[in-house]
Amino acid sequence: MTAFIIRRLMQSVVVVFVMSMVVFFGVYLVGDPVYLLVNPQMDQEDIEKAIRALGLDRPVWEQYLHFLLNALRGDLGTSFLFGEPALKIILQRMPATLELAFAALAMAVVLGLPLGLYAGLRPTSIASRSIMTASILGFSLPTFWVGIMLIMIFAVVLGWLPSTGRGETATFLGVTSSLFTLDGLAHILLPALNLALLKISLVIRLTRAGVREAIHQDYIKFARAKGLSNRRVIGVHLLKNILIPVVTVLGLEFGNLVAFSVVTESIFAWPGMGKLLIQSIQNLDRPVIVAYLVIIVLFFVVINLVVDILYSVLDPRVRLGEQGA
Amino acid sequence: MSATGEAGTSAQPASAHRGAPVETPFRRFVAEFLESPVAAIALAVLVVIVALALLAPWIAPQNPYDLAQVDVMDNRLPPGSTSMMTGMVYLLGTDGAGRDLVSAMLYGLRISLAVGVASGLIAMAIGAVVGLVAAYVGGRVETLIMRVVDLQLSFPAILIALMLVAVLGKGVDKIIVALITVQWAYYARTVRSSALVERRKEYVEAARCLGLSHRRILFRHVLPNCLPPLIVVATVQTAHAIALEATLSFLGVGLPQTEPSLGLLISNGFEYVLSGKYWISTFPGLALLVTIMTINLVGDQLRDILNPRLKR
Repeated sequence: MTAFIIRRLMQSVVVVFVMSMVVFFGVYLVGDPVYLLVNPQMDQEDIEKAIRALGLDRPVWEQYLHFLLNALRGDLGTSFLFGEPALKIILQRMPATLELAFAALAMAVVLGLPLGLYAGLRPTSIASRSIMTASILGFSLPTFWVGIMLIMIFAVVLGWLPSTGRGETATFLGVTSSLFTLDGLAHILLPALNLALLKISLVIRLTRAGVREAIHQDYIKFARAKGLSNRRVIGVHLLKNILIPVVTVLGLEFGNLVAFSVVTESIFAWPGMGKLLIQSIQNLDRPVIVAYLVIIVLFFVVINLVVDILYSVLDPRVRLGEQGA
Repeated sequence: MSATGEAGTSAQPASAHRGAPVETPFRRFVAEFLESPVAAIALAVLVVIVALALLAPWIAPQNPYDLAQVDVMDNRLPPGSTSMMTGMVYLLGTDGAGRDLVSAMLYGLRISLAVGVASGLIAMAIGAVVGLVAAYVGGRVETLIMRVVDLQLSFPAILIALMLVAVLGKGVDKIIVALITVQWAYYARTVRSSALVERRKEYVEAARCLGLSHRRILFRHVLPNCLPPLIVVATVQTAHAIALEATLSFLGVGLPQTEPSLGLLISNGFEYVLSGKYWISTFPGLALLVTIMTINLVGDQLRDILNPRLKR
């Protein structure tokens, strides 16, 4: 187990290293690096000074080393737009994004699991067919368009929910979130639903497939033969076994949710890091773009690592397979 | 399988010699595809959509980008309005610049499909070659290629696309480059896994014994046998590419305003949604949805037919 974790950790470090190179050579070296790094309003003399100060007259590998060392110290540059450290600006907006992603994840489980169970247990009923058709629709609907439609229906036509912003936040157990106020909940409902739509469809399909497969297995037949109640067979024996793939996929999809929140945040004016990224791309605020990419890469590597380790705990065959290879 | 053919024979014995009974693989394929009414309808709709996009300049009521034909005074008219100047009826209303929405959508569909299909085809070509080479050469080359593929696929497509757009900037060519970069890995992985199976088969060994060149074996013998899964991935990926381009354009980091795809039309209409002018965003969105959905449904059916494990 320890060996497995250490090997996975080392792989993760390599991935971070490779991605840092990709980000560096991508953002810093494509186009004129000077104009990516200095404020375009400076005059020629200042620009030359900045080139020397930033070390842009040095060889490429030295620049990369410099970038890497600074990044390790948490210095990812200063935003042109805000005049503050890029890392700080992003970390400030991270809670809003994480909150949205968590809310969407919760929605996917709460709505997707029961619907998927139902569709799997009664595959031929009309309701099940409707659920499956709806889930295909969920895969095909462009997220941003659904967002607009949600705003139009619930905010403009019906006027039930606010269309933009994060709403009031409150602090509970040291966590500041809009999930703890009614106003905040009203604000998060639409964006979370928008973000969750794809994942709800995914959970429905995964759950249904799991149920269809498990229902004919011997342990279910045995549980039934033992005379257990239907509720216990489905709620305990069946659910436990189909949860493993669902949990794994959802864990991996969490990173996806954070990435896709770029779209949802832009529509609902949700003050998270995704909206910040779009703003920064439009304003060519390169330090913030780089900082966002570095953070999101770290984020993904950590998620993949955690899911892998969890998976090997849940399913011993994974790590035994690795050892055998 | 031959049930349809036999039915045809017994019903019309006279035409039996020329008609249905000859069961070519292609005919069987078509018959199997049309077995699902949903897939058949989806294919028909998709054909209509492609035709509409191709014929846009000839069938659109107006050229929405010819300033002489567009009257700004007609902006944001609801569906069914009549133009004050020309007396033309705007079936789906007009957008913020006074363009007929039907025409704008037809032209937008053209751009969306062109970008999606072009990037899909190029990505498929690149991915297929890389995947084939990886499977055929093996060893370190394969390990290196597949590591890159795995690394890329561990990040969501939209993130990689955003990363590239941030570096490359706006423009049709840049969006296509971004979409190709996002997609090639899916093709490479698919082709490699089927090529791994194919290269161990006897026909490859026979081809080697005949002294054929590696290139000939790869592209004339192995590649055709890897096509079925490749086609399935191609349909799904094209739908993804169209959706991704629309998303990037909506976010304002995709196509420039001079190339208004469906995503850009939706984006332009978004500012009017809050004031209740629903049509500018809704109709292009529906067009986008129907396009993506029909491609997905056709792809689903293709997968069911072409997957040997699902063979009945």
